[in-house]
Amino acid sequence: MKINRREFVKRMSAGAAVTALAGCMSNAGRPAAGRVVVIGAGYAGATAAKYIRLWAPDIDVTLVERDAEFISCPLSNLVLGGSKTIRDMTVGYGGLAKYGVKLMRDDAVAVDPVKREVRLASGASLQYDRLVVAPGVDVQYDTLPGLASADAQSKVLHAWKAGAQTVALRKQLETMRDGGVYAVHIPKAPYRCPPGPYERACQVAHYFKTAKPKSKVLILDANEDVVSKKGLFMAAWNGPYKGIVEYRPNSELEDVDASTLTAKLQFGSVNADVLNVIPPQRAGNIALVTGLITANNRWCGVNWQTMESIKVPGVHVLGDATLSAQLMPKSGHMANQHAKVCAAAIIAMIKHEPVNQEPMMVNTCYSFIDDKNVVHVASVHAYDASEKTMLPIKGAGGLSDKANELEGTYALSWAKNIWADMLG
Amino acid sequence: MAVAVGCPLNAHAQDANSIRGMAATCANCHGTEGRSAGTVPGLAGVDKTQIVQQMQDFKTGKRASTIMQQLARGFTDAQIEQIAAWFSAQKK
Ligand code: HEC
Repeated sequence: MKINRREFVKRMSAGAAVTALAGCMSNAGRPAAGRVVVIGAGYAGATAAKYIRLWAPDIDVTLVERDAEFISCPLSNLVLGGSKTIRDMTVGYGGLAKYGVKLMRDDAVAVDPVKREVRLASGASLQYDRLVVAPGVDVQYDTLPGLASADAQSKVLHAWKAGAQTVALRKQLETMRDGGVYAVHIPKAPYRCPPGPYERACQVAHYFKTAKPKSKVLILDANEDVVSKKGLFMAAWNGPYKGIVEYRPNSELEDVDASTLTAKLQFGSVNADVLNVIPPQRAGNIALVTGLITANNRWCGVNWQTMESIKVPGVHVLGDATLSAQLMPKSGHMANQHAKVCAAAIIAMIKHEPVNQEPMMVNTCYSFIDDKNVVHVASVHAYDASEKTMLPIKGAGGLSDKANELEGTYALSWAKNIWADMLG
Repeated sequence: MAVAVGCPLNAHAQDANSIRGMAATCANCHGTEGRSAGTVPGLAGVDKTQIVQQMQDFKTGKRASTIMQQLARGFTDAQIEQIAAWFSAQKK
């Protein structure tokens, strides 16, 4: 039986007494208390879907995902370093079934926020009471004419979404001659995973040091300084990777010549043997076409108590696609935390219960310096009622003192647990 | 249609939700509801006083840690009591 939303609301609002009871009584044997559709099964979306069902099994949750399996971006730099394979960071979606999450392998192409309906590439459509949009980022090639063609994009990879691109970039590194140059370009912040490009430089340097000792890593950073964990990364580049890694700040890319692997900068050009350009990013396409983008044509502003869009009612946005609050990185860990705040808020809204006014979030980003030694950055964030945003708690959070093996084991434990927290 | 209709237990539900939410900030590293799949210890079913003591020792630095000192300092003593009670009530 299909109940559309209007019919659903009609039934629910037959009387205030009915509505009130719906929030207080068990729903066993009754129609679902509400319907939630989640678009995107990454760190944000999968966590939201699971936690809504975990905390409110009477709410119907459909999760729409275009890929067959989850492939983690965090840890994927280890594939470039050679100590892990892409299989090591691939997890199936099967575990979500035991929570009663309905998984649909499909692509959301449009949202009608008035009819509260999601249209899918297959032609099907889904009705919702609350929609969660967790699309991650799309890379923006439009500023780089030399990367307009698919052919150019296959020569100059970004590998900023884990999967085929990661594997292809590793192949390029493997076939590169010893004595060659790997150059990586980092876009201006904000971008997905602030420490990620610097960790990547370390991973490639680690590979070169053992397999191709005459080769170099060149970091072309559009930012004026290292964006994340500066001291810890500099210690690696001036320590174990001295003579291998060269760091160049203020190196914004103007264009690329993919046929010669040339990075054209404001002052001069750089030729590489492997050129890895991480383009600027914005919220994934479904956020754009749904009109959720509110800042710089790139990011989606949200109410941090509910993760609901500040623009489109009934639609919640999570993860990297959001306009980040102060000192809040676009990370997988943070996306998981967005999802839990959102799950609790959606349940409260559907059940007409009060929404938690003071949500908290924790962030941690582990970065691998080599195959064993790891550094972290951590922060704790709480909702500030006067600023109406999440703010980092002063005195909490911080960095590792130095790279160490113990945190190497904790970082792998982190991956195991967060993947199970979202998918298991 | 009535919005925010009050159940008798609403204030209570609000508190319970906020505590559950705080505990969920630990789950990425300690496992869903504190049941860990990794080398970081689980917290489900651990004695409340033990969790409180460990968190206080992290906070003061009495117990050395890689990361817990930095995280424990983000929570008040009252919040730590609530989180510890929540985890101790979960099944292992
Ligand atoms: C980023 C991952 C991470 C998060 C998030 C995290 N922990 Fe931990 N926890 C650790 C690690 C790693 C250890 C081992 C000590 C260390 O080196 O910090 C630990 C140890 C502990 C211990 C000691 C366990 C024992 O038996 O020795 C307790 C208690 C604890 N954490 C509680 C919490 C609570 C409560 C939260 C949420 C408020 C939390 N942790 C969030 C990673 C984390």
